Amino acid sequence: MNRGLLRGRGLQIYTWLVIAWLALPIAVMILFGFNDTHGRYNTSWQGFTLKWYGKLFEIGDLTQALVNSIVIAVLTMVVAGVLGSLIGLALGRYRFRGAGTTNLVMFAAISCAEIVMGASLLSLFVTLAVPLGFWTIVISHVMFSISFVAVTVRARVMTLDRSLEEAARDLGAGTWATFRLVTLPMIFPGVLAGSMLAFALSIDDFVITNFNSGSTLTFPLWIWGATRVGLPPQVNVMGTLIFAAGVLLAVANALLARRRA
Amino acid sequence: MSSRLRAALTPYALIFPGGLWLAIFFVVPTVVMLSLSLQSGDVVSGYAFTFNWHSYVDGITTYHDQIVRSVIYGLAATLIQIVVGFPVAYWIAFRGGRRKSVYLFLLLLPFLVSFVLRTISWQFFLSDNGLLLGPLKSLGLLPQDFHILATSVAVVCGLAYNYLPFMVLPMYVALERIDPRLLEAAQDLYAGRTQTFLRVVLPLSLPGVFAGVLMTFVPATSDYVNASVLGGTSNTMIGNVIQNQFLVNQDYPVASALSFTLMALLLAGIYAYARVLGTEDVLEVAAR
Amino acid sequence: MNDLSRDPAFLRGMTRRRIGRRDALRLAGMSAAGLALAACGVQGKGVAKPTTSAQAQSAVEKYWTGKVRNGHVDFANWPYYMDPKHPELKQFTAETGITVNYREVIHEMPSWFAKIQPQLAAGQSIGYDIMVVTNGIQFGQLVKLGYLVPLDHAKLPNFTANAGARYKAEDFDPGNVYSIPWTSGMTGIAYNPKYVDTPPTSVLDLWNPKYKGKVGMMADSQEIANFGMFALGIDPGNSGQADWEKAAAKLTEQRDAGIVRKYYDQSYVDPLSRGDIWLTMAWSGDVFQKNVSDGTDLKFVIPQEGATIWTDNMMIPKSAENPVDAITLMDFFYRTDVAAHLTEYINYVTPVPGAQSVIQADVAEATGDRKKLLDAVAGSSLVFPSEDDYAKLHTYVGFTDTARQKQFENLFQAITTS
Repeated sequence: MNRGLLRGRGLQIYTWLVIAWLALPIAVMILFGFNDTHGRYNTSWQGFTLKWYGKLFEIGDLTQALVNSIVIAVLTMVVAGVLGSLIGLALGRYRFRGAGTTNLVMFAAISCAEIVMGASLLSLFVTLAVPLGFWTIVISHVMFSISFVAVTVRARVMTLDRSLEEAARDLGAGTWATFRLVTLPMIFPGVLAGSMLAFALSIDDFVITNFNSGSTLTFPLWIWGATRVGLPPQVNVMGTLIFAAGVLLAVANALLARRRA
Repeated sequence: MSSRLRAALTPYALIFPGGLWLAIFFVVPTVVMLSLSLQSGDVVSGYAFTFNWHSYVDGITTYHDQIVRSVIYGLAATLIQIVVGFPVAYWIAFRGGRRKSVYLFLLLLPFLVSFVLRTISWQFFLSDNGLLLGPLKSLGLLPQDFHILATSVAVVCGLAYNYLPFMVLPMYVALERIDPRLLEAAQDLYAGRTQTFLRVVLPLSLPGVFAGVLMTFVPATSDYVNASVLGGTSNTMIGNVIQNQFLVNQDYPVASALSFTLMALLLAGIYAYARVLGTEDVLEVAAR
Repeated sequence: MNDLSRDPAFLRGMTRRRIGRRDALRLAGMSAAGLALAACGVQGKGVAKPTTSAQAQSAVEKYWTGKVRNGHVDFANWPYYMDPKHPELKQFTAETGITVNYREVIHEMPSWFAKIQPQLAAGQSIGYDIMVVTNGIQFGQLVKLGYLVPLDHAKLPNFTANAGARYKAEDFDPGNVYSIPWTSGMTGIAYNPKYVDTPPTSVLDLWNPKYKGKVGMMADSQEIANFGMFALGIDPGNSGQADWEKAAAKLTEQRDAGIVRKYYDQSYVDPLSRGDIWLTMAWSGDVFQKNVSDGTDLKFVIPQEGATIWTDNMMIPKSAENPVDAITLMDFFYRTDVAAHLTEYINYVTPVPGAQSVIQADVAEATGDRKKLLDAVAGSSLVFPSEDDYAKLHTYVGFTDTARQKQFENLFQAITTS
C-alpha cells in the first residue's frame, strides 16, 4: 500500500469512525425503543417488540410535553424567523448608524453562555413577578433564536446582486412590489434555513427552558425529570420518530435542491 | 415623507421589532442580573439592593475550584475536538467529492436527537458492566473495578462529543474555500506535502478553527448537563453550581454573581484569544 | 440543525468582523434602560402563622366562605405516584362529575418551589389546585410565606375517619392545618445482592472501604445530613450546629476516601441495578417498583441506627382557582378502597391503615403475577411498617429561622457539589 493510498483510505476510515462515534448513542436509543421490557424501567435488553409504538401516547404528560415542545418550536420559528430576517436584511443591505451595535448584540447573543442567558432572563421575570410558563418559554426561545436567524439571513443578503432590485425599480415596481417579487424570493433560502435553525434550537433547548419554564414541561425537560426514575420506552420511540422526521425532511430538502439545480 | 428620509429610516424600521425584543429580553436581563448580584436577603424576607459585593467574594472563594475545573474541562474538550475534528473536516473538504453534503449530514445526525437524551444514552452505554465495558471485563481485558463514568474523562468526552459538529463545520467551511490552485502553486514551488499543509492549508483554515472554538468552548465551559449525568463526586462544574444556586437554593445574589463571573471570564478569554491569534484580518478575508 | 450543512451562510456570518470598542460603549448606553429596573429588589412576603386555634378557625372561615365547586381540578404530583391509566381519577369523575387534570410535573422539591414561587408571590395561579410537597425546607417556606390554604376539616370527613393517628399529628404540620399526607416513605439503604455478599445492617456499611467507588449517596442536604448523623449516633430531631459540623466532617471523610461514587437525586435506581453502584441511600418504594417491573432482585434495609421517614403531602396553594373541588378530591383519596388501590400501585407507606385489609381481600381474588404482587404489597413492612419499625425512623432536621437553614445548606452542599 503506497503512502497516498494510506492517507486517503486512512482518513476515510477515520472519518467513518468519527461518524460512527457520533451515531452510537442514537443507535442505542433506537434499539431500546424496540425493547420488550415489562415494567416501567428500560435498561436491559429483553427481546424485540413493536408494542411501544402502539402505546406511544399512553403517558399523558409525556405527550403533553412533546406537544408543548412542538407548538413552542413552531411559534419560535415563525416569530424569530420574521424578526431575525428583518434584522438580517437591514444588516446585510443597508449602511446605517447603529449597525455596529446591532452586530455586537447579535454576536453577544450567539456567544453568550446559555446558562447565563437563562439565569438573567429568570432574574428579570422574578424581579417583575412575571408568572413563568408557556409564554416565558416562547419569549426566551425567540430571544436566543433571533440572532441565529439574523446572521444566517445577513450572509445570504450579502451575496445577492443588488442590480436585480434596481432593474425592478427601473421597470416601475414600487418598494413593496420590489420587495415581494424580487428581494423576498432571493433571500428566501436564507430565511428558510434560519427559521429551520430556530425550530431546531427551540425543540432541543434544555438549559434556558429549565430556568424559565415554571411548571410547564417540554420534551427535554420531561426526559430530564424522568431520569430520576428511569426513562420509559416511549421516550425512545418519540426520539426515534423525531429523528426519522428530521432525516426525511433533510433528504427531501436535498432532493428538491438537486432537482432545482 | 420624502423618499430619501424613508430610505434612511428603513433599516431602523427593519431592526426595530427584533431589536426591541433583544433589548428587553437579553440586554435588560443582564443589567437586572448585575443588580441582583449586588443585593442581599433571602427568599422569605425578600431581596434589597445594598451594593453587597460579598456575593462575589463568597461565590468566588467558595467555588474557585469549580470555576478553574470548568475552564480546564472546556479547554480539554475544545482541544480534543480540534484534534479529532480537523482530519474529518480536511478529508471531507478535499476528498469528499460529490458526496460532501452526505458526509456533513451524517456528522449532524446527532442534532436530530435531544441533547439530554444523547447524554443519557452515553451514561447507559458506558456503565460499569454495560455494552462497552461489560464484554471487555468478562474477556479479562480490563480489571473488574475499572470504570469510565464518574470520572473527569467521561465528562470531558461527553462535552467533546456533544459539541464536536460545531467544531467540524466551521473548519470544513474554511478548508473547503481554499482554492485548489493555491495547493498546486505551492507544489510547483517545490513545497512538500508537509510544507504545503503547514504553510498553506493550516493558516487558511484558522478562521474556521477560530469560529469553531468560539462555538464550542463557551457552551462546553458553562455546561452542566454532562457533569451531572456523566460525572462523579469531584466533577462539579460552575454551571452545576449556578444552576443549584438559582433553582435549588434560590440564593439569587450568589447565583447572579457567579453567572457574571463566568460571563466575564468567557468574554475575557474570547478577547485575549482573538488578540493572540490576530484573527481580525484573517476573519475579514474569510468573510469574503 | 442539519441546515448548517447546506447553508454555510451561518458559519460565514459567524466569522465576520469583530466588535469595536465604540460599539461596546453604545451597548452600555442601551442597557441604561435596564437600570430603572435595577434598583428594585425582589419582594418577599413573610407572614405570621396563626397561633391560637380560634385564629386558625377564623382563617379557615375567611378563606372558605363563598367558595364554590367549579367541576374541575388541576393536580400536580410526582412521577409514578399513580397508575398511568389513573383509574382512581376516573372513578372520582364518574362519582362526582368533577374532571381532573392530573400532571406528574414535580421532580424535585427545591426546583419546584423555585419555579412556582414567583407566581405565588405575584398572587397568580400556578395552574394547579393541588400539589404534593415533601415535608422539608420548602414546605416550611410555603407556610412561612403564607402561600397555602388553611384546610377546612369539615370538608375532610374521610380523612378524619380513616387517616392513621400518626398522620394526624406530624411535627411539620400539627393538626393538618395546611396539608394532609399523600404517602410516606423511608430513606434507608438499598443494595444489589449480586455484588454485596453480606447484607448491610448498619449505616456505617456506606463507609466501608470494601465498597470504594461503589456507594451512592443522596445530593439532598436534609437526606445526607441525617445519614451523617446516624453514622455518629446523633438524633437529627435534637441536633444543632455542632452536630451538623461533625456529620459534615464524617461525610467529607467518606467522599475524600473515594468511597462515594456520586451524589444522586432519585436517579440511583438504574445505576444500582446495572452494577455501577452496589449499595446506596434509597427511598423504600423505588426498590420495590424496580423489582416488580424489571424482575431485579434489589434489597432494601432499614439500618440498625435508624432511617429517615418523610411524608409527601397534598396541599392547596392560595391562588388556586378550584379549591372546593381540590379538597373534595383530597378527601376522596382517604376512602379505604381508593387508598388501597393507590397503594397497590405506588408501594409506599399509606396513611390509611385500613387499606391493608382491602388489599388482602384483593389478594384473595387475584391470580398469577398479580396475586404475587399484591401479596407482597400487603405483607410489606415498607408499606405497612410495624410499631417497631416506626421506632427506628427519624424525621428531617427542622429549622426555626432561615439563617440556620442557610448555614445547614451551605455546610452539606459543600460536600455534594465539590
